[in-house]
Amino acid sequence: MLVKFFYQLRSAGLPVSVTEFLTLLEAMKNGLGSGDVDEFYYLARSTLVKNEAHFDRFDKVFGDYYRGIESVFGPDPVQLPDDWLRRQAELFLSPEERQRIESLGGFEELMDALKQRLEEQKKRHQGGNRMIGTAGTSPFGAYGFNPEGVRIGQDGSRHRRGAKVWDRREYRNLDDDVQLGTRNIKIALRRLRRFARQGAEEELDLDDTIRSTARQGGLLDIRMVPERHNAIKVLLFLDIGGSMDDHVRLCEELFSAARSEFKHLEYFYFHNCVYESVWRDNRRRHAARTPTMEVLRTYGRDYKLIFVGDATMSPYEIIYPGGSVEHWNEEPGSLWMQRLLDTYGSAVWLNPEPEQRWDYTPSTGLLRDLMERRMFPLTIGGLERGMKELM
Amino acid sequence: MTLDRFSGTDRYVATEDLMAAVNASITLGRPVLIKGEPGTGKTQLAEEVAQALDRPFYEWHIKSTTKAQHGLYEYDAVARLRDSQLGDGRVKDIRNYIVKGRLWEAFESERQPVLLIDEIDKADIEFPNDLLRELDRMEFYVHELKETVQARLRPIVIITSNNEKELPDAFLRRCFFHYIRFPDQETMERIVEVHYPGLKKTLLAEALRTFFEVREVQGLKKKPSTSELLDWIKLLLAEDIPAEALASEDRRKSLPPMHGALLKNEQDVHLFEQLIFLNRRNAR
Repeated sequence: MLVKFFYQLRSAGLPVSVTEFLTLLEAMKNGLGSGDVDEFYYLARSTLVKNEAHFDRFDKVFGDYYRGIESVFGPDPVQLPDDWLRRQAELFLSPEERQRIESLGGFEELMDALKQRLEEQKKRHQGGNRMIGTAGTSPFGAYGFNPEGVRIGQDGSRHRRGAKVWDRREYRNLDDDVQLGTRNIKIALRRLRRFARQGAEEELDLDDTIRSTARQGGLLDIRMVPERHNAIKVLLFLDIGGSMDDHVRLCEELFSAARSEFKHLEYFYFHNCVYESVWRDNRRRHAARTPTMEVLRTYGRDYKLIFVGDATMSPYEIIYPGGSVEHWNEEPGSLWMQRLLDTYGSAVWLNPEPEQRWDYTPSTGLLRDLMERRMFPLTIGGLERGMKELM
Repeated sequence: MTLDRFSGTDRYVATEDLMAAVNASITLGRPVLIKGEPGTGKTQLAEEVAQALDRPFYEWHIKSTTKAQHGLYEYDAVARLRDSQLGDGRVKDIRNYIVKGRLWEAFESERQPVLLIDEIDKADIEFPNDLLRELDRMEFYVHELKETVQARLRPIVIITSNNEKELPDAFLRRCFFHYIRFPDQETMERIVEVHYPGLKKTLLAEALRTFFEVREVQGLKKKPSTSELLDWIKLLLAEDIPAEALASEDRRKSLPPMHGALLKNEQDVHLFEQLIFLNRRNAR
């Protein structure tokens, strides 16, 4: 049974490996997670999911799988565990409601009625035994609530733990604000490293120590050197908005990887093509702009220039003055591109569009020519080629 | 096989899912990786596990310059060279110059130890990969001595991460994983209760409400976390601030008392002042 669960997880896009699956089985063999379903759920989650961003997806699969089991084997409605029902009911009922139940003949009786009800439903249509909530006309209806609905809104209840945790899916909003897969990008960016020794002296320089010890006539003379640091400086220009919206995810990954990988990273945003000004903060992009001339003056020629953009626009936006879709530009974008390229000898353009599609957009061809063919796709392979070009 | 189970201590409130992950790790002798917001008690967990199970405790704090080798051992060649020049007798035995790391110390422990590898994400991106074999087999080879060091008893390894770097898949596959999510109000009450037993009900309720309100403010650079709440309550108690001072009317008009314990960033304080200003204007 669990093998099916494993494949369901995999087809839901969770990177679960065989090792982890075997670990789960081993843990179960050792008696873990056998207490109740909650315990098993926690065990499975901590064994199989290694990223909190995936919790939500895991919960969904687990919920489906668990319900699936229920509908295959179906806990025989007559044998519905009492305390389970009680727990469910306690969970949803307020004290007043519970009192009203008491007045209607007590909890036990109500549960019996509910069981019966569920049984009838099973006979009439398959799958009706899944959830009390789907029973619709259950005795609970009289008290005016729906387990599905109440469970979601409930807070502060002492019993919340008893509810199906995976149905609460509380990790929902993490799924997209955590960056996934930046690791590969970081590894690719690692190619762009030029180590230089700067700062405090803290490493033993073996060669120099031997040389100097020999010179001292064999008396030990220790020589230290500063540790090596990546001295590469990067100037990053990111296209934002419009057709780039499709690639936001990828660009974010690249950006956050680059930020942690390079000590000297300066970044600016532009829209479609670089003109006389760029900006650093998208929220204030009309108020706080940096003239491109200032960028050219501020950052030395040893900076490596990286453009990130899909280069998809009307060709006019590149070659004609006033071509910009956003404002009137006195000078064409191509001139600004040329100025940047003249200042910074090593430059590449990373394009999130697939390489095969480049030939179909004239603007991509134009920019590619401007870049002297130094345009690479924004894939791990392309990134590596690009970094090689920059070195 | 050990039958030890961790179920929180009188100073540490462990949620059910946290216990499941820790106990799985104890039973199978595999590391457990703990992630979560700063200040949710990741590091403290290891200490509490060690204390609850009465085990020796070894800490290995990771810095950006830490290498995997530092945890195993270091060979102090310079000291040996110096000693050889001074004619020290110790020089004959290389053992005198092998400095043991935390991992080695933990491996040698007579009783099953708890080993904390704190903030593994601070180190170089390849660091976890360099520890794969060591944590998997709980052994490593010492080239200088030409011998293999093996753990007498598989340590309970607890690893914490602040999510600053993504960890390699191969490493993750070998760990159990737990994400400490921010405690809900009910858990938080329990946490405060274990730290400040017998706190006045009204003060606690007001403090918690203010705290969760502050956390809900959009755009805070650093949301206050559990450890900040505990510090703040400590201050409130020390200054003997009555619960009424936290109550609603005042709150709309000024910053919460001792706000320095909750807001640790001048932009956040500024943002808060602006909100209060808006509130006051709206109230008029």
